[in-house]
Amino acid sequence: MVTLTINGNEHQVDAEADMPLLWVIRDLVGLTGTKFGCGMAQCGACTVLLDGAPVRSCQTFVGDIGVAKVTTIEGLAGKVAKTVQTVWADLDVPQCGYCQSGQIMSATDLLTNNPKPTDDDIDAAMTGNLCRCATYHRIRAGIHEAAKRLEA
Amino acid sequence: MIPKLMQYVVLPTVQAQASRRQFLLGVFAAGTGIAVGYRILAASPAVASGTPADEAGPHTFSPYLTIDGDGKVTVLSSQFEMGQGSYNGLATLVADELDADWSAIDVRGVAGNVKAYGNVAFGGAIQGTGGSTSMVTSWERYRKAGAAARAVLVAAAASEWGVPPAEITIENGVLAHPSGKTGGFGAFAAKAAAIPTPADVKLKQPGDWKLIGNAKLKRFDSARKANGTEQYTIDIKLPGMLTAVMIHPPLFGAKLKSFDAAAARAVKGVVDVVETPRGIAVVGEHMWAAMKGRDAVTVVWDETAAEKRSSQELMSMYKDLAGKAPTAVARKDGDVEAGFAAAAKVIEASYEFPYLAHAAMEPLNAVARRNEDGTLEIWGGHQFPDVYQTLASQIVGITPDKVQLHVMKTGGSFGRRAVFDGDVVVEAVYIAKAIGYRAPVKVQWTREDDMRAGRYRPAYVHQLKAGIDSSGKLVAWSAHVVGQSIMAKTMFDGMVQNGVDPTSVEGANNLPYVIPNQIVGLTTTDVGVPVLWWRSVGSTHTAFAAETFIDEVAEAAGRDPIEYRLSMLEPQSRHATVLKLAAEKAGWTKPLPKGRFRGVSVAESFGSVVAQIAEVSTDGKGGVKVERVVAAVDCGLTVNPDQVRAQVEGGIGFGLGAILGEEITLTAGKVDQSNFDAYTPLRIDAMPVVEVHILASANPPTGIGEPGVPPVGPAVANAVYKALGKRIRVMPFTKTLNA
Ligand code: FES
Ligand code: FES
Repeated sequence: MVTLTINGNEHQVDAEADMPLLWVIRDLVGLTGTKFGCGMAQCGACTVLLDGAPVRSCQTFVGDIGVAKVTTIEGLAGKVAKTVQTVWADLDVPQCGYCQSGQIMSATDLLTNNPKPTDDDIDAAMTGNLCRCATYHRIRAGIHEAAKRLEA
Repeated sequence: MIPKLMQYVVLPTVQAQASRRQFLLGVFAAGTGIAVGYRILAASPAVASGTPADEAGPHTFSPYLTIDGDGKVTVLSSQFEMGQGSYNGLATLVADELDADWSAIDVRGVAGNVKAYGNVAFGGAIQGTGGSTSMVTSWERYRKAGAAARAVLVAAAASEWGVPPAEITIENGVLAHPSGKTGGFGAFAAKAAAIPTPADVKLKQPGDWKLIGNAKLKRFDSARKANGTEQYTIDIKLPGMLTAVMIHPPLFGAKLKSFDAAAARAVKGVVDVVETPRGIAVVGEHMWAAMKGRDAVTVVWDETAAEKRSSQELMSMYKDLAGKAPTAVARKDGDVEAGFAAAAKVIEASYEFPYLAHAAMEPLNAVARRNEDGTLEIWGGHQFPDVYQTLASQIVGITPDKVQLHVMKTGGSFGRRAVFDGDVVVEAVYIAKAIGYRAPVKVQWTREDDMRAGRYRPAYVHQLKAGIDSSGKLVAWSAHVVGQSIMAKTMFDGMVQNGVDPTSVEGANNLPYVIPNQIVGLTTTDVGVPVLWWRSVGSTHTAFAAETFIDEVAEAAGRDPIEYRLSMLEPQSRHATVLKLAAEKAGWTKPLPKGRFRGVSVAESFGSVVAQIAEVSTDGKGGVKVERVVAAVDCGLTVNPDQVRAQVEGGIGFGLGAILGEEITLTAGKVDQSNFDAYTPLRIDAMPVVEVHILASANPPTGIGEPGVPPVGPAVANAVYKALGKRIRVMPFTKTLNA
C-alpha cells in the first residue's frame, strides 16, 4: 500500500512502484479527467501537477512520488486556473475535448510563471500538448485572453 | 468521413447484394429494421420512464427529444459526437424551434431506431455519422421535432390555463399568457408528452431564428470539457469491470498459431488471458495490470497469408501502374487524344501519397456487459450503430434487439470509428464472451495498438497530364489514380460501379474547371493493408494533385493562379465566389513583405466549397513555415457560424499536419510507426494564424467537418513553390524539403 496526496486528499492505493501515476489516478483512485493519449510523454493528455509543476503522469511512477502532492484537473484551483477554464468555455476552445485537461494544466502553469506570454512563449510552453482536433488557434487566443483578464 | 452516399443510391444496391453476403443479411435482411429498432428505443431508460405518472421525467416527445420535470431539454442525437460539434448543431435546431432556454439543453447519443435515425444522406436505411452529413440529415428532422414539442407544450398550457393556444408565447423556456400566467417547460412536460404531436408543424421563418445562425452562441459542452468532467468511452467504469488489452497480429493477415500465457497469469492483477478471433486478450483488474501481463505473453504467429510487402515496394508498384493504362474509367469528356495532339504545350507530373493514421487522441476502446436477462450492452463510439448491433448479436447468439448500444462521445475519430467489421466494438464482445461473461469488460488499445491496427487513409499515386493551346487555354487533361479501394469487398461494395470506387476519385472526377477533353482513370490495387475513410476521404489526395497541378498549368500558361482558375469557372459559380472572397480577404493583389510567399487552392467536398490562400515564410536554410491561412467557405446556411469557423481552423491544422510530416510506412509488412515520436501530427508551434470567412447563404446547410481539410495542402505547396522553387509532389513535405 502506498499513500498519495491527490487534490488534497490522502489515498491508500495498492500499487507497485513501477505503476504509472496516470493509471493510479484513473483506475485506482477513479478520477477520470486526466487522459491517456500515448503513454510515453509524447502528447501531454495526462499532464498533472506534482508539487505545482506539470509532469506527464504516464511517465511518472508511483515509487518516485514520495510525499509530493498531486493535483489533477479535478483539483485545479486558484485564480489563474479558474480564469483559464472560464476563457476556454467563453472562446469555445475545445472540440472533442479529450486533450483539454492537459492543455489547461500546461496553460495554467505557463500563465502562473509568465503572466504576459508572447506567441513564441506559448508555442514553447504548449508544444508538448498535442491536440488532434488542432484547436491550437484558439488555445493561443485563450491564453492571451486569460492573460488579459488576469491583468485587469 | 463517409463519402456523400446519397448520389449513389445506397439501398437498392446493397439489398441486391444481400444474398451474397452473410454480413449484409445480418444487417439489412435479418433486420435492425423499424420494428426492432423501436423496441430498442422503448427499452432505453429515457423512454421507459417517460410516463405522465412520473412527474420528474424524462418525458418523451419524439425519438428526438425528452423534457424533464425540471425543464431540462435533452436532445437525442442520431449523430455521433467526436468533437465536430454535431451535438451542438442538432441542439441548436431543436432549441430554436422550441424557444428553449439554451442553458437548460443537453444532448445524448442514441441508436437502434433506424426509421427515426437513419441517415437521410445515406439513403435512410442505415444510421451513421460521416461524410459531413450531420446537418444534411438533421436539418428538417430536428427542427420539426422542436416545433412539434413546442406545439404540444403550448396545447398543454392552454388547456391548463383555459386560454386559446394562439395567445401563448414562449421565450427562453418560459410559457406566458398576457393574463400574467407563466410556467416553465417542466411544469407542462408530463401533460404535453401525453398529447399526440401534430403530424404537420410550421417551422419558423429565418427572420425569427434566435439561435440558428447566431454567431455569439456558445457550445453547450465547452465548460465540461474545460473542467475534466466530460465522459468518454475510456471513462466508463462499471461495477466489477475488468480491463483488457489486445495482442494483435504483428502483420496484417497473420493468424495465431499458439501462445503461452503462464508467465502473464502470474502477474499481479492479471485475471485471464483469452483467445479471440482478433487476437489474444489479456484481462486485468486495471489497465496497468493488463499491460504488464501482455508483456509476459509469448505468441507464435502463422504469417503465411500475411501482407509482407514494404510501403516502398508498394509505391514503386503503384508508380509502375500509374504509367500504364488505367483499369477503369471514372470520367471521359471529349476526345482526349486529339486534345493532347493539338496542344501547344503538354506538361506531366506524378504525385505520391502515403498511408495515414487517424490517430485520434483517444485510442480506440469499447465496453461490453452481458446482463442476467440475456441482453448485452456496449458502450463505445458507435459511428455505425446498426452494424455494430448486428455484429455483436451474432457473436453472442441473440437477436439484435437484445443488444443495447450506449453511444459515447469520443476523443476524435476522423472516420476511424466508422468501420465495417465492428473492430474494437466486436473485440469487446469477443472478450466478454471468452471470459464467460463473468464481468463487464473494457478493451482499451494503447497508442501503439491504435497506430498499428491499420484502417489507414490508403496510399495513392496520381499521374497527371495537361495540354494547353497557344493562348494558354487548358484543352486536355488526364488523371490516373492508383491505390486501394475503401469500399470494395465491404458492406458498401455495391457502390463500386464499373470498377470505380467513388471514394478513390472524388475530387478528381468532378473538377469545376471547363476542360473540353478529359479523362480520369483508376487502377485499384489489391493490398492486405486495411484502409478506411480519413477526414475528407478522396479529397485528401485528389484535391492536392489537381490543385497543385493546375498551378503548374497556370504557370506554363504564364497566368496568375487565381485569374487562370477564374477563367475556367462560371463567374457566378460557388468556386469562383469563394476564390474571389479569399483573394480579397488575403489581399492577393497586394505585395507581400519580403520573405513571404502565397499560394491558393479551391476544393469542393461534401457539398461545400472552400478556397484557401496560404502564406509561408522561409528561414533561408530551405525550411518553410506556414504563417497564415485565409479561408473562404460556402457551406450553405450556417447553423453555428462559430463552429463552422472552428471546424475550418481545426481542419486546416489537421490537413497541414498530414502533408507536412505524417506518414505510415511498412517494412516487410510491419508498420514502422507506433507512437507520436515517429508519427507526427501538427503541434502548436507549426499552427498558422487562420482566418475564416463564411459566405452568406440561404441554401440548406452542407458539410463542414471535413471540407476545411482538402485545400490546405495544395495552397501551402503552391506557396512553397513560390518560396523555394520546388514543386512538392511526394508527401509528406519533409521528403522534398529535407532532400
Ligand atoms: S499519455 Fe502521457 S504524455 Fe501522452
Ligand atoms: S480537442 Fe480534440 S484532441 Fe484536442
